[in-house]
Amino acid sequence: MPTPSALPQGGDLVQRHRLPTRLWHWLNALSVIVMLMSGLMIFNAHPHLYWGQFGANPDHSWLDIYPGHVRIGPLHIPTPGLLGVTPAGGRFVAFPPLLTLPSHYDLAGARVWHFAFAWLLVVPGLAFLVWGVLGRHFRRDLLPRPGELQPRHLLADIRAHARLRFPTGAAALHYNILQKLAYGGVIFVLLPGVVLTGLTMSPGMDAAWPWLLTLFGGRASARSIHFLCAMGLAAFLLVHLLMVVLAGPLNEIRSMITGRYRLPKGPRS
Amino acid sequence: MSLLLSRRRLIGALGASAGGLAAAGCDRIAASPSTQALLGFGQRLTYSAQRIVMDRTALAPEYGAADMSPLFRVNGNATPGTDAYAAHVANGFADWRLVVDGLVARPLALSLDQIRQAPRRTQITRHDCVEGWSAIGQWTGLPLGLLLKQAGLRPQARYIVLHCADSFGSRPYYESIDLVDAFHPQTILAWAMNGAPLAVGHGAPLRLRVERQLGYKQAKYVMRVEAVSTLANSYGGKGGYWEDVAGYQWYAGI
Repeated sequence: MPTPSALPQGGDLVQRHRLPTRLWHWLNALSVIVMLMSGLMIFNAHPHLYWGQFGANPDHSWLDIYPGHVRIGPLHIPTPGLLGVTPAGGRFVAFPPLLTLPSHYDLAGARVWHFAFAWLLVVPGLAFLVWGVLGRHFRRDLLPRPGELQPRHLLADIRAHARLRFPTGAAALHYNILQKLAYGGVIFVLLPGVVLTGLTMSPGMDAAWPWLLTLFGGRASARSIHFLCAMGLAAFLLVHLLMVVLAGPLNEIRSMITGRYRLPKGPRS
Repeated sequence: MSLLLSRRRLIGALGASAGGLAAAGCDRIAASPSTQALLGFGQRLTYSAQRIVMDRTALAPEYGAADMSPLFRVNGNATPGTDAYAAHVANGFADWRLVVDGLVARPLALSLDQIRQAPRRTQITRHDCVEGWSAIGQWTGLPLGLLLKQAGLRPQARYIVLHCADSFGSRPYYESIDLVDAFHPQTILAWAMNGAPLAVGHGAPLRLRVERQLGYKQAKYVMRVEAVSTLANSYGGKGGYWEDVAGYQWYAGI
């Protein structure tokens, strides 16, 4: 263990991300964005979600997107101009053209994008998982340390984030607990979740791996969970981009391209 | 293709907002032949990967009677709507014949009674529409593999094309499957659904059930089963109505 004085100080340039992390980050950024946009187009083909083994128009849905409003259970949320829109000269769509790939209604085209980029999501993702375990990246950098999950520590970190006070100096060498939970949630919950529920929607894969249906409680449930995981990834993406902007975008983006990161200077460093 | 691109450019030009223009730019990249070729690679990879991980005879999940959809929605064409079809319905398909031809040793023309008296398989399976909805129903029919053995496939046969009585505008509906799916035990020509003769809306008198693929492969109003060596010479050449007109994947296992 180095003594505190031997630790890098605020303003120092340190090696922050290793090559596999950086490579996977950018491949994943591309595939997740294409998957989200083409996925929203696919959702537009049937903007209703159900629980159970089956679900079609005559059945009980838990989420619908209608012209100008969204229904979630008993809740009706007006969304004029945002969700459930009819573009000029186009057909009614749940998610608007700016968010979907292709922008116009094209289920077949969206499926071609979705299933091609699924390979870019899964193959590098599996490689990253193997490297993360064998290279001890997950254990060293993402596993919460004793005490970090205590409510007091969590609250303090949430408070610091809310005040936009980010770790500085040597403290910025490691992920804070909110980062660990967010990145861990994406790597171990949301990404495996979308991939496995995606496979569960495939009639071919249901024949090959029937346990998928047991795991998620049916195809209609898998489709609902697939959508919820995708919304979780979209929410992560938005917060992630906001945090990059707030924490100093040039330094953050450079660290994910070259690996080198300048430790922020703080009041005490 | 050039017509399609110019139409997209036109739509792009009409979108006055910056967002609309950005989206149109994305669409132009998406529609370019090199992008489509790259994406097509993904499709072939998926088909091959599923054929590799899947036991050729692995069964689609079968459900209990309690799991069935209370109402199984009609999709696609609800009737062929032709005079010839109406005449078949009027006399209970008594003069109707299923033609089996193409690359077979013994072409057949079977009446509905002959098909109903042949060995049958009953299965409660899930129908997955490409749009995302699914419904569970019970199907009874003649295993397609038995029919093909009866007709005797020639060695050059690689695909089975199903010609249908319905059409969209002037384009007849049709579908095709490979021999792995054609001889799969759950692949049947169904003449009954939920314990009753197949209704007109669901494809009377005969519809394909190929349970490891999506709904658009489940051809309704099947009139003719043809064994072919290539899909290139049938209709638009991509192996199915939706494949030809809208670019849907021929292999619909995902």
